[in-house]
Amino acid sequence: MTRIPILQMGDCLLVTIQVDLQDRAAVSLQDDLANKIESSGARSVLIDISALEIVDSFIGRMLAGISGIARVLDAATVVVGMQPAVAITLVELGLSLHGVRTALNVERGMRLLRLAGEERALDPDA
Amino acid sequence: MPDVFELRVEADVVTCRQAVRGLAQGLRFSLVDQTRMITAASELARNTLVYGGGGQMRWAIVQRDTRSGLRLDFEDHGQGIPDIALALTDGWTSGGGMGLGLSGSKRLVHDFAIRSVVGEGTCVTITRWA
Repeated sequence: MTRIPILQMGDCLLVTIQVDLQDRAAVSLQDDLANKIESSGARSVLIDISALEIVDSFIGRMLAGISGIARVLDAATVVVGMQPAVAITLVELGLSLHGVRTALNVERGMRLLRLAGEERALDPDA
Repeated sequence: MPDVFELRVEADVVTCRQAVRGLAQGLRFSLVDQTRMITAASELARNTLVYGGGGQMRWAIVQRDTRSGLRLDFEDHGQGIPDIALALTDGWTSGGGMGLGLSGSKRLVHDFAIRSVVGEGTCVTITRWA
């Protein structure tokens, strides 16, 4: 089974999924990211799925799971680069990825994470 | 390409997806239609593996009038589905999933048929026309 590498850039973790994921690899990624957020103190996670040719309910659930786990660990997540055909299919399948922040591409995703970080810095209750 | 793909381990689901991609491309499905068919196949292949305890995917190129289509059969010899109408409800799941496998894949194809006998197994047939 291929493990998905997690790169760190400052306080951001970067994941690029470039292979057709087996279910177990998706579950490992969820676990690996949770551990990495904890050990690195990362405040944000960017997941690039532009190379993914499908997102089925299992992978969708994994993306929602990662977002939820990261939020509980005080990190913001953004999923970027979904292909239009994948987006159409996902919505028809019945998955709306509630609670998962998305952006069109890496650049916009990074901007979104930066804004989230600034908001957090301005909020005295955060 | 073999006519039958075994669904015994998780990696077989990936193999099925890739086979369906090749078949859909061969029929000149649009990119969205390829994605719909592969996604439906992925859901049903996983159901066969997880809920049916393994099984097989069979494929056939079918003709209706002037249109060609891709038909896929997912068959297992697992415990079967006692209430098919319930299993086809969005959000209903007997396992740990989201309950979108059957209902969702039905929305992604043109023809959808399911036969299930409790204690004998389940066969789901889907067709998408090019």
